[in-house]
Amino acid sequence: MSAAVMDYDEALAAFDPVMGLEVHVELSTASKMFCGCSTAFGAPPNTQTCPVCLGLPGALPVVNRTAVESAIRIGLALNCSIAEWCRFARKNYFYPDMPKNYQISQYDEPIAFDGWVEVDVDGEPFRIEIERAHMEEDTGKSLHVGGSTGRIHGASHSLLDYNRSGVPLIEIVTKPITGAGARAPEVARAYVAHLRDLLRALGVSDVRMEQGSLRCDANVSLRPDPAAPLGTRTETKNVNSLRSVERALRYEITRQAALLREGTPVTQETRHWHEDTGTTTAGRSKETAEDYRYFPEPDLVPVAPSREWVEELRATLPEQPHLRRKRLLAEWGYTELEMRDVVSSGALELIEQTVAAGCAPQAARKWWVGELARRANETGSELDALPISPAQVAQLQQLVEAGTINDKLARQVIEGVLAGEGEPAEVVESRGLAVVSDDDALGAAVDAAIAANPDVAEKIRGGKVQAAGALIGAVMKQMRGQADAARVRELILARLG
Amino acid sequence: MNEHLRRSAADLAADIAARRISSEEVTRAHLERIEAVDEEVHAFLHVDGERALAAARDVDARVAAGEPVGPLAGVPLGLKDVLTMRGAPTTCGSKILQGWHPPYDATVTRRLLEAGLVVLGKTNMDEFAMGSSTENSAYGPTRNPWDTSRIPGGSGGGSAAALAAFEAPLTIGTDTGGSIRQPAAVTGTVGVKPTYGGTSRYGLVALASSLDQPGPCARTVLDAALLHEVIGGHDPLDSTSIDAPVPDVVGAARSGDVTGLKVGVVRELGGAGYQPGVQQRFDEAVALLSSLGAEVVEVSCPSFEQALAAYYLILPSECSSNLAKFDAMRFGLRVGDDGSRSAEEVMNLTREAGFGDEVKRRIIIGTYALSSGYYDAYYGSAQKVRTLIVRDFAAAFETVDVLVSPTTPTTAWPLGERVDDPLAMYAADLCTIPSNLAGNASASFPVGLAPEDGLPVGLQVIAPPMADDRLYRVGAALERALTEQWGGSLLDRVPERAEVSA
Repeated sequence: MSAAVMDYDEALAAFDPVMGLEVHVELSTASKMFCGCSTAFGAPPNTQTCPVCLGLPGALPVVNRTAVESAIRIGLALNCSIAEWCRFARKNYFYPDMPKNYQISQYDEPIAFDGWVEVDVDGEPFRIEIERAHMEEDTGKSLHVGGSTGRIHGASHSLLDYNRSGVPLIEIVTKPITGAGARAPEVARAYVAHLRDLLRALGVSDVRMEQGSLRCDANVSLRPDPAAPLGTRTETKNVNSLRSVERALRYEITRQAALLREGTPVTQETRHWHEDTGTTTAGRSKETAEDYRYFPEPDLVPVAPSREWVEELRATLPEQPHLRRKRLLAEWGYTELEMRDVVSSGALELIEQTVAAGCAPQAARKWWVGELARRANETGSELDALPISPAQVAQLQQLVEAGTINDKLARQVIEGVLAGEGEPAEVVESRGLAVVSDDDALGAAVDAAIAANPDVAEKIRGGKVQAAGALIGAVMKQMRGQADAARVRELILARLG
Repeated sequence: MNEHLRRSAADLAADIAARRISSEEVTRAHLERIEAVDEEVHAFLHVDGERALAAARDVDARVAAGEPVGPLAGVPLGLKDVLTMRGAPTTCGSKILQGWHPPYDATVTRRLLEAGLVVLGKTNMDEFAMGSSTENSAYGPTRNPWDTSRIPGGSGGGSAAALAAFEAPLTIGTDTGGSIRQPAAVTGTVGVKPTYGGTSRYGLVALASSLDQPGPCARTVLDAALLHEVIGGHDPLDSTSIDAPVPDVVGAARSGDVTGLKVGVVRELGGAGYQPGVQQRFDEAVALLSSLGAEVVEVSCPSFEQALAAYYLILPSECSSNLAKFDAMRFGLRVGDDGSRSAEEVMNLTREAGFGDEVKRRIIIGTYALSSGYYDAYYGSAQKVRTLIVRDFAAAFETVDVLVSPTTPTTAWPLGERVDDPLAMYAADLCTIPSNLAGNASASFPVGLAPEDGLPVGLQVIAPPMADDRLYRVGAALERALTEQWGGSLLDRVPERAEVSA
């Protein structure tokens, strides 16, 4: 069923959106939350498992101390209070990708609670209150085979991979986000981007949305005006890119607005986001949702981080993102506008690393926000998911500065690097892209160009030096763009001057 | 009966270490005994003679090579079928685990094997340790060697009966509400529930995680202590394991000195409702302790009255969650997987066919008790009672060193008598449950036969957490004095089994 939607501006004129965002972060600990298995992504199915994460009878969990440390650091970075004593709880429900048929999570005693973050929405700060951040274990993955959609409905059988089972997760939950108005989808996107940058700076997660190490569930409800009580919300799952966060919320707002205008109540339910169609569809209805029968996990002892430990961890926190942005703006000499573009395209980290690899800040910005952002946009991927590293971009710029290649050739080098042809220097070599500044080769091309364009040559002889451009173009064409333009000009003028 | 069968584990181990006898011949004698009597007793669910003999020969070779071996090396043992062991099935007495061979050793199993004990096989039990008679085993009941028309206690009836039938000198049990102590009491053997966290639960298929504890079962107090020392101690794989040395249980068992020990008789556990012969033997044993120099006082623990009710909410709640993993997806029984049914349907059919009535009863109760809207009234209230019981114990241990009571209100009852009356079955654990709720140490020691039925009576000793040594001190004192009175071990009076020649 494809729901009718209302025009976005019209929807926002009629309703006030309230959001709630739940972000799941996979921690990049070497081992899982409750056992010693590796968490590395992409291993063959079921090769990173043991009796504990397979939930075999008799096996017992043991808390990964590094995961608790990461949880505390995340909590502190989100300006949360850290619990002096908290427990894990069992969340009971049956599902084949969850081997124990309960998930070890935290319920009413999260490790971190009552925090806030200030995110940047088009250069303006927006404060988001954090309800809690808690620890839990990830489930395995189901692969439904035989159907057309890859969903369980219509599938003939399902395959289960428990490599992800037990990977440590932190779930970060906001309080209701009000006051965003028409900017709500952008606020949500900015918040997730902010979390991503913060978590990366903390070094606690790979934060790769395309690999599922950062996953967002977006709740939204509408009310006639900010004074009205909260409306019925939906929870949209499977929102796994920054762009999708914004699009999914925009879609849900217009869908709910259309329902409400017709007088149809919004159903409280889980909805699935479809990247391809840009729509959401209904999942499990919350009214028939299971009772999770939470109770304190008796196989684990309470977590009671000492205040000394918490303070030690606080001292390891990286610079707050907004302060860091301010500092880098000054260091790099960018304008406010340039910095905003950098942040909104998700290039801040990448530029910082590129500069650290020896590249000039303006050049680094030019590549990431220009050519590379354009290519990311074309392929619909995140900038940091492009298969080119900051070090490679720095190397590219060095080749330009050394005169080995020019900007135009550099674009071809980028194409080669993205195609997996190796380092920039290797691509220059294998594609034969180096600029030719050898006088013999250039001289021959110049002579040929003069011979082919006698009228232009005559003009230059007559003193119209600016006509040299036409001859340079001819030489470039002849040399497939690889000629050193400045030297060509010198040679032309030497012959015709 | 073969001469090795009645001997203590300590004596056998000493002779094996001194090469006076071989572990192989001791092991073979026990395997033959199992062959001869276990068809009737049914203490074992699984016996692997080849593996046991190979392990025995390995110990003999190490002894012959002059390598140092542990104090119980070469002694045969039965392992309750709720603990995993690589290369052997683990069924927990349930159809739902039929055919499951765990790919890992429980910590208790690993420590036994490393100490050179020879595992004869896996002993029978009530399904998933739920029961007090072993009649809930999906593989048929175990019979009490004192009277084979009677129950051997439960859930660890197999481990207790194996000792009393001289099929093994040592066995391992697990105790959630009395599953080591009650079978020990009704079979005239020794059973110890260590302090919660004193022995590892890793590889123990959980019934109720906050209550379960593996422990030693033996015919003598010293044997139990030696076994306790082998399996006890911190295990990093069990988060609830206590990181402290094992109390000096062996020293206490050798000493048996109760001079000046303050012994509290729990007023709420005894008197009306207790079988007269049980009460009589208990009272005599308390008088004996007094004559041996202990100071006996009466102590009141009023919250114990609510212990059974709280236990039957906490245990089912935890077990409803612990048993959720038996879903046919990864191991064990699978029913209805004909290609047309969904995973959920196969889960339902398998659990319907694979679990027995008592297991289903407790899963249903626990699921209900944890449901939103009922949680506070049931699980929540039960946890409050649990706190009160902990406080009662703490108050009592401010004035006494140990508490004592009858282990169980009656002697062994006839098979079948309580199978249709769950509440009567639950009442068998009335005295043992408080110790599990509080997580302290407790044990049952034989104190005679009830005059009216000639069946064994057990005395329960309870000590504060990590004071397990006090149990052995009391047990050894009683054992020494009573053996003298009786002119031998109580188990000398177990009727001779007609051995079916192999």
